[in-house]
Amino acid sequence: MKNALRALVLALGLGCASIAAAALDAALVAKLAFGDNDEKIAAIRAFVTQGEPAAAPLLDALANGQLQTAGERVLIVREEAAIDAVSGETVTPLPEAREDVIANNRVRGELANAVAALRLLAPDRALRFQAVKELETGASAAMLPLVRRALEKETDAEIRATLALVAATIEVKSGDKTARLAAIRALASSDSPNTRSLLGSILLKQRDGRFVEPDADVRRAAEDSLIAVQRHLAWGERAGLLFAGVSLGSILLLAALGLAITYGLMGVINMAHGELIMIGAYATYVVQNLVRAYLPGAFDAYLLAAIPAAFIVSGLVGMALERSVIRHLYGRPLETLLATWGISLMLIQTVRTIFGAQNVQVENPAWMSGGIELMANVVLPWNRIMIIGFAALVVIGVALLLARTRLGLFVRGVTQNRAMASCVGVPTARVDTWAFGLGSGLAGLAGCALSQIGNVGPDLGQAYIVDSFMVVVFGGVGQLAGTLVAALGLGVINKLLEAWSGAVIAKIAVLVFIVLFIQKRPQGLFALKGRAVEA
Amino acid sequence: MSTGVQAMGGLGAGDPVLGHLARGELDASHGVVLYLEDISVSFDGFKALNALSLAIDVGELRCVIGPNGAGKTTMMDVITGKTRPDTGTVYFGQSIDLTRLSEAEIAHAGIGRKFQKPTIFERLSAFENLELAMKADKRVRKTLFARLASDQRDRIADTLRLIRLSEAADREAGLLSHGQKQWLEIGMLLMQEPRLLLLDEPVAGMSDEETERTAELFVSLAGRHSLVVVEHDMAFVGTIARKVTVLHEGSVLAEGPLEQVQNDERVIEVYLGR
Amino acid sequence: MGPLAQTITRLYGIRGWIGIAIAALVLFVLVPVLNLAVPQNHPLHVSTFLVTLSGKIMCYAIVALAMDLIWGFAGILSLGHGLFFALGGYAMGMYLMRQIGRQGQYQSELPDFMVFLDWKELPWHWWMSDQFWWAALLVVAVPGLLAFGFGYLAFRSRIKGVYFSIITQALTFAAMLLFFRNETGFGGNNGFTDFKRLLGFDVTAPQTRVVLFAVTGATLLGVLLLGRWLVSSKFGRVLAAIRDAETRVMFCGYNTLHYKLFIWTLSAILCGIAGALYVPQVGIINPSEMSPANSIEIAIWVAVGGRGTLVGAIAGAGIVNAAKSVFTVAFPEYWLFFLGLLFIGVTLFLPGGVVGLLRARRRSRPVALTEAAP
Repeated sequence: MKNALRALVLALGLGCASIAAAALDAALVAKLAFGDNDEKIAAIRAFVTQGEPAAAPLLDALANGQLQTAGERVLIVREEAAIDAVSGETVTPLPEAREDVIANNRVRGELANAVAALRLLAPDRALRFQAVKELETGASAAMLPLVRRALEKETDAEIRATLALVAATIEVKSGDKTARLAAIRALASSDSPNTRSLLGSILLKQRDGRFVEPDADVRRAAEDSLIAVQRHLAWGERAGLLFAGVSLGSILLLAALGLAITYGLMGVINMAHGELIMIGAYATYVVQNLVRAYLPGAFDAYLLAAIPAAFIVSGLVGMALERSVIRHLYGRPLETLLATWGISLMLIQTVRTIFGAQNVQVENPAWMSGGIELMANVVLPWNRIMIIGFAALVVIGVALLLARTRLGLFVRGVTQNRAMASCVGVPTARVDTWAFGLGSGLAGLAGCALSQIGNVGPDLGQAYIVDSFMVVVFGGVGQLAGTLVAALGLGVINKLLEAWSGAVIAKIAVLVFIVLFIQKRPQGLFALKGRAVEA
Repeated sequence: MSTGVQAMGGLGAGDPVLGHLARGELDASHGVVLYLEDISVSFDGFKALNALSLAIDVGELRCVIGPNGAGKTTMMDVITGKTRPDTGTVYFGQSIDLTRLSEAEIAHAGIGRKFQKPTIFERLSAFENLELAMKADKRVRKTLFARLASDQRDRIADTLRLIRLSEAADREAGLLSHGQKQWLEIGMLLMQEPRLLLLDEPVAGMSDEETERTAELFVSLAGRHSLVVVEHDMAFVGTIARKVTVLHEGSVLAEGPLEQVQNDERVIEVYLGR
Repeated sequence: MGPLAQTITRLYGIRGWIGIAIAALVLFVLVPVLNLAVPQNHPLHVSTFLVTLSGKIMCYAIVALAMDLIWGFAGILSLGHGLFFALGGYAMGMYLMRQIGRQGQYQSELPDFMVFLDWKELPWHWWMSDQFWWAALLVVAVPGLLAFGFGYLAFRSRIKGVYFSIITQALTFAAMLLFFRNETGFGGNNGFTDFKRLLGFDVTAPQTRVVLFAVTGATLLGVLLLGRWLVSSKFGRVLAAIRDAETRVMFCGYNTLHYKLFIWTLSAILCGIAGALYVPQVGIINPSEMSPANSIEIAIWVAVGGRGTLVGAIAGAGIVNAAKSVFTVAFPEYWLFFLGLLFIGVTLFLPGGVVGLLRARRRSRPVALTEAAP
């Protein structure tokens, strides 16, 4: 009585998770805590069969190493606070002599699914959704009653549909022919690769040529459902491929956009462009470390500081290069090429000296991890979606900058007719520096984006230099629209080919394609035809 | 061209340089060396040439004038194969369709072109510039084993004398004065022994004296060669022109003797503006 | 004067020929004797290591000559010459792999990497690879045909300048990716190594090394004379003219496509030969030879020595590679700094290279890139 009262007070006072801790079967709890591995598994299964949602925190605690024993009592210990596993009451003070309950891998495997199954009845929708997703891959026959009960109670359409598939997956393996046929037909609406292999396994043959599944009706139903599932999967694959292509395209676009300014508009062959990308990535890395060290609470927002930092650092490096080296080589493209290559070597070595030759870790902020699950086999990761959106913003920004601002006007003026621009008072030398800084800054932004999806190392830039030049050349020199179309086009083509022939061959095919394309249109996709000006 | 001026005399039929000019197998039996018919060229919607038709007679010296953007240089580009016309035909003599030939083949057929900006081989000597231009077998294999015969040397020396560069024969062409470069380029054209010479603003940047001598040279070349001269300098046109063609917006606005063209209402309007 | 005598005087003056004679003496007599006949502890002994290193650098010098012909004289900067070099090397490497016979780790008729990949027979492109004459043919034919095909397409559509450079870079990059694949059949990442014999001789024996050294030296001298003959001919002047004003050359009636294609293909073949000589001396060939960085380094050898002078190309290859040998041993971390500075410094301050600098000192008149004798 006294205990119950205390529990009530606590429950009212704290409103914590332990409210659900109505009394559990003490014998089962003891078996779970003190039994050997087989007994533990038996206890877990018993909890699942009972379908008692209150057992979920207990099993969860075992999975997370929070279950301890003190003499005869079983405790869930969370940060210096303990709850009795059977009664759910808080235990104070914490007993001194406690021992961890150890779960080996076999037990852990059982636990994960059991927790998910029990959570099917949880009041929180997100928890149920997560649980049903987990069960898609590993439901066992013991869970069937629980799944059925959940199905009856479930109101959410999406969870219901998935639950129905989970139930069908279990029933396919059960004995009753009518139930199996119904389950197989229900599975036709699935879009998961697991369903494909499940249905496929029904159609397998044994070594002596006989089917594993003796019943011809079941086999025929499985065949029909398999075709339907494969159709769903194929759509998913296509959508996933397209997304991968657009994603690669957006990366190429970011990498090539700066080049479209420095090479396309200014005619400067900057072989160190890749290294400016790399510097942007390292700037992101440094900002990340600073935020982590001094503002750990704001870690998720570090990109807000990293984006401008990457832009400014790469931009400044670019402006310094323009002032010190490139300026003296205008009109000598081949020499510019060699000198900027030299610059790239020095930048690589500098970064190696400062940060070491190893790759450094750049973490995604929490809101960029995970992804949207389009179908069971198509997950669109948030970081890639963000980069596509980021690339779109950058393109719009650059287009506006060139079209609407004074700098843009000057850049266009200088690139079209340097002498005339100079005559009407445009400070051509300063415009060159700023334009080069802009192109370099854009490379920095590309680096910042790349740091979110791949390794950051001193050689990062080398991988992108050939690709970004190909994009600019393919799109047509001096054409932002061309760069945009070329980047996305090459991205998608590359990924389509990759699915068909493998990554290396795809890459080679794209390079060969560009070389052949330039035969037909040396000016690229979007070039203006003009009177031949060169003599 | 600083030193004493020699008269451009002695450019008669017996002149050693011009005496070499070969006639080739060009069929110009109807007296027309170049015939452009209905040529149109457009660049992204802008019509650089608009149904242009033009005929140049054998031995004629024709001046082509017109305001900027009238299509003069594009016309030259079409004749020499640098730009392909969208429509129309270009015939060299009676039988050679120039729209089907490459630049090199057109040069071989007997058309030489001088660019607006002097284009010579700056790192080679004046002598070597002429050597390369000289009419010869210009295939790779022949060039590898080519040797200058003594009559070829003589011809180069004669041309050098004609363009007054004998003293500068071994000097790097890039170091010559602007006027000298113009002349070197004309000399290269002559070494090619062409039937038809296209000259784009040949006296731009020349001193009065040099201009005068160039005019004499062109007049003396006419008859043996056909010449098409594009020029802005009306004084120069006045000294050499027999027949003048005025281009405007890609087609022929007027054609005839200089005085007649100069008095044409439409020409005056185009040149003086409205 | 007969035509032969004329040609001889056209190529070099008396001092030039004396220089070549001295070089020949060093290559064919002095070094072999000092290496083989002088005992190891004698101060005049030339170690086999030094012989091999010099042989390797002479291979680079041939590549530099090839690069100079195309870049210095015709104005076409190739960033893909490493590919032709590597292809020549691979062609020779295939033969050397077959010469290993059953002495490989797996004691199989097949090269080790094929056994490792569980291949049962040689792929089709290894046909005849055990014949030296076939390997020698491939050394010339593969780079030559590839360069011819690529050059035809590129020059026909008038791709030039930086465009051409970047496309050649893409070409070698693509080839590198291709050769990295195991399935391509050239040993993947590791390429070919552990060679044992060449024409039946032990490739690691000092005698073989000296012979390879001398053959490389002879090839280098031959390529130098060939290059000199080319650039001092009318053909060479046409090339220089193409470099200065290609359109004018066309309007003079030359088909520049043929000229560029000829020198481009020849240059690629010379690279292939250099690669074939390189592989038995260095003992390894792998796809990293095709990396864009390697190809662009060739350009800097030529630029350091002096573009448009054949001796300069040889000197540049020697200077840069000797420096590299010293640097990568003494302070490896600074090599890239040095190389980068070299790229920048030469393009900014030394456009004529070392040879240009020396010539400018010797006589006040400007450097003539071609010394034609009319």
